[in-house]
Amino acid sequence: MKNMLRNVFHSPRFVVGFTIFMVMLLTVLIYPYFITRDPLLGIGKGFLEPGTYVSVYDTNNAGTYRVELPEANENRLESTIPVKDRQTMLDFLKAKGVDVSALDTSNEKFHELIEVWKENYDEADAKKNKYEGFSTQAKRNELRRLNNRLSEDTSAAMSVTKGEGDSATTTAVAGSDYVKVDEVANSINLPLGTDNFGRDTLTELVKATGILDDILMFIANIFTVIPGFVLLILIYSALGAESRGIVTCAVIIGITSWVWTARSVRSQVISLRNRDHVNLSKLSGHSLFRIVTTDILPYIASYVVMAFILQVSSGILAEAQLSMLGLGPNPNELPTLGLMMNWAKLFGAYTSSNAWWAYFPVILMIALISFSLNLMNTGLDQVFNPTLRD
Amino acid sequence: MAKKMLEVHELTTKYITRQGEDVYSVDHVSLDIEEGKSLGIAGESGCGKSTLALSLMGYYFPPLHYTSGEIIIDGKNISGMDPDVVRKTVLGSEVAYIPQAAMNALNPTRKVGKFIEDVIEAHELPMDKKQIREMAEQRFAKLGLPVEALDKYSVELSGGMRQRVVIAISTILSPKVLIADEPSSALDVTSQKMVIKMMKDMLANGMVKSMIFITHELPLLYNVTDDIMVMYAGQIVERGTAHEMVFDPIHPYSRGLMRSILVPEEGTRDVKLTAIPGTPPNLKHPPAGCRFADRCRYATPACKVQQPPLFDIGGGRTYRCSFSVDQLKEVYAHEDE
Amino acid sequence: MKTNENKPAVSLDKETVSADTRESVSFGTRDKDFTKEPLCLSGRGVTRVFQTGKVTTVAVDHVDFDFHKGELISIVGESGSGKTTLSKMLLGLLEPTDGEIMFQGKPRDISTGAKKREYWKGIQAIFQDPFSSYNVFHKIDSVLLDCIDMRGGRNLPKEKKIEMMTEACGFVNLKFAELTNKYPFELSGGQMQRLMIARIFLLKPSILLADEPTSMIDACSRATILDMLLKLRDETGMTVIFITHDIGLAYYISDSVYIMEHGKFVESGKPDKVMLEPEAPYTKRLISDVPKIHEPWDLSTVDLLNYQS
Repeated sequence: MKNMLRNVFHSPRFVVGFTIFMVMLLTVLIYPYFITRDPLLGIGKGFLEPGTYVSVYDTNNAGTYRVELPEANENRLESTIPVKDRQTMLDFLKAKGVDVSALDTSNEKFHELIEVWKENYDEADAKKNKYEGFSTQAKRNELRRLNNRLSEDTSAAMSVTKGEGDSATTTAVAGSDYVKVDEVANSINLPLGTDNFGRDTLTELVKATGILDDILMFIANIFTVIPGFVLLILIYSALGAESRGIVTCAVIIGITSWVWTARSVRSQVISLRNRDHVNLSKLSGHSLFRIVTTDILPYIASYVVMAFILQVSSGILAEAQLSMLGLGPNPNELPTLGLMMNWAKLFGAYTSSNAWWAYFPVILMIALISFSLNLMNTGLDQVFNPTLRD
Repeated sequence: MAKKMLEVHELTTKYITRQGEDVYSVDHVSLDIEEGKSLGIAGESGCGKSTLALSLMGYYFPPLHYTSGEIIIDGKNISGMDPDVVRKTVLGSEVAYIPQAAMNALNPTRKVGKFIEDVIEAHELPMDKKQIREMAEQRFAKLGLPVEALDKYSVELSGGMRQRVVIAISTILSPKVLIADEPSSALDVTSQKMVIKMMKDMLANGMVKSMIFITHELPLLYNVTDDIMVMYAGQIVERGTAHEMVFDPIHPYSRGLMRSILVPEEGTRDVKLTAIPGTPPNLKHPPAGCRFADRCRYATPACKVQQPPLFDIGGGRTYRCSFSVDQLKEVYAHEDE
Repeated sequence: MKTNENKPAVSLDKETVSADTRESVSFGTRDKDFTKEPLCLSGRGVTRVFQTGKVTTVAVDHVDFDFHKGELISIVGESGSGKTTLSKMLLGLLEPTDGEIMFQGKPRDISTGAKKREYWKGIQAIFQDPFSSYNVFHKIDSVLLDCIDMRGGRNLPKEKKIEMMTEACGFVNLKFAELTNKYPFELSGGQMQRLMIARIFLLKPSILLADEPTSMIDACSRATILDMLLKLRDETGMTVIFITHDIGLAYYISDSVYIMEHGKFVESGKPDKVMLEPEAPYTKRLISDVPKIHEPWDLSTVDLLNYQS
């Protein structure tokens, strides 16, 4: 047994594939214990970019600490008027004909830029003259807002008033006041942003992968094949929307596609049946069970595992295809990889809003599952075929 | 003296294993064949006869590498030539090699006639399809092969027929030397006869000028080739005419081989079959002395230390042993009593 | 390096030549008349027909045979003659579609699994290809241990088992200590085949069926294998059914020969009679097609234009 394990882990390919697979599996299994939120809960409004979102309300409630960051001012300036906006200013000035050769978007030249801007920008003037690139109403509005922001004093005194009326308390907020993120009552880390419904994509992803893995483990014969697809669609649409649970989906995919594997494994076994070592086993009086397990199975193991992997991959794809067509499992129950793709497509993730995080991780996940399983199978060559061992 | 078609001087070739070790499977082998003659090479598996056949082509596929020695075909030295030049000018036109189980090498999706076209094309000969077809038909007729076979697929032919077709295709350019490695072992007795007859005819009517026949079946060699050479562990241990070798072998190994021949003839049942116990030495670390010493009944301690030279006792007869012919003959006579 | 001097470099003392009599193949029961012995296996009208779709193939066509105890019988035929199918039927791995096989004079009954296992305690086989006779996932020890189990020695102490295995390997000139814990593909073809014989040595069946056991072995090692088989036969009185296409081999070792062509036995009898004075045309052709030493090999009777597969 020990020898067997040593052989199994011998191949570097196997180890790599195994690691990827185990990492995904463990993440999928452990994540729900930490994040117990329902993945289908909409928490954002529309697509939110990946990042950490901190509640402003709670920040103000949390205790403050005094921290002096040397780059604090710069960061502030940077966030009030980011580079993008400074570039807009430069572009406007250039369009107006002002010499901007000495100016750029850097922090050092910031004040200069503001000076030049203040000299040259006038709202009425911009409206009247319709400078190139800034002729539309939208653009001019943008410039106006920009101008207003500039007029704000970035280091103006700020205070927060809590409560109303007589019981209102006001506390001053200094630039050096920081809060510890952990103490803020509500913050959320969204490494993968949210999808169109405002749901945390990462949590969904984990749940979707996890469930699919569960199904693979529990139901022994999930084999999918694309030619059975038409049959699948027909059965599925006939069933109606309510009964389209995730289990039903899996079962149906399984039922329509075991034929291919069964037939090929059968032909392999038939060719093996007549081999000499099987005959010798019979002559030695071994029971049928023993002949099948020791003389036939090891020889076709590699083949069967390969078939399994291929079908797992196509199973995932078939489910994804079904879901994208809208025929997948009931969307209100659970997310699945295919459903996530579907929503991304429906709500314009790739076309209008460029929210790559809504569909790219799904694709990556599907690819990684197939890839890691395949890698494991190749690496197991030496186990399946002892003549290749060194 | 008739013209020598093939002369080999001290040819040494080696295999380089995956671990980078050198295995000298052909060790300083020298031989020659005259025009119109055939040489049979016998020996057990692993003795180097197939490697020798491969090496004689002058075209080396890794892990087989040429080390030293000369191969001269009809006066032309082909050793050390550039592989591309060898491919275009030597393979097929000077030397034809037929490996074991060659009949399985025919692509089942093409007709037999096509292969002949391929050979002509590969040698860049200026013949059009009609001329090629005519030549092929003539050739087949001369060899006693049915012309219809040219339009058949290889799977439609019987095993013996396929082998003959392969031999005909390989020798379409009338090479000087034909090297056949176990051409008939996979066939039943009747097909074997057909293949052998064809090969002998080819030699007799000059389609090939000389022939090397490799097999482990001695009765076959006796009936087919003029001379027989026995190889052991990469070296030649004896050579002589077929009759001499079978009825009067000198080297203890040859003697052992000849005494293990089984033919359905009167008297076979009365003779005791002798076995040669043991296995050939590992050529990664060849022994210091005689390579056969471990298994030799007559070996003395000196044999295991000294390399025996190859003696030439005239008439093309050579053998490799430290003992003299008389000594060996005496011992054999003593045993047979 | 060739030299023309024939001066001996070493002196050869006649007396020091080792006289190892084990080198020669045993002869023990050469001219015994086996027809007087009790019947071991016999058959009347044994037939096997294969049906695949619309094609019917008659592999074995109503053959009759009588094998006696202790006899060495050769069944000689070319490929396609049906000898492998017949061997499977004799082994009980395949049922005849017609005819009867008798074991020790009485109709053979292997209708149930238990009866089959009982039958197999008395008949064993050696196959042609040593490489495919082994399960590559198991070490060779398991093959020998299996045999010990079959003979009821499952609960013997480990040392005793090793002793038995060493003895069996020794019989076939193999050292068990060197082979233990090795996988089959680490051995040479000859060693694997000899190990199969060691297996038979442990099992000591009353009938051994050897299907082309030496066709994949070198001519040099062939004699060793034959020697071992014959010795086993002499020591245990085992009946040996030898299946081969090599006529010279069959002539040498057999007590009786059956020639098979297209599923039928065309001739049978003592080797001297069948090989040297053949009567059936097929046998005559077969014998003349074999290359011989003392008699000429007539190549003129070849029909070159026959090419149908």
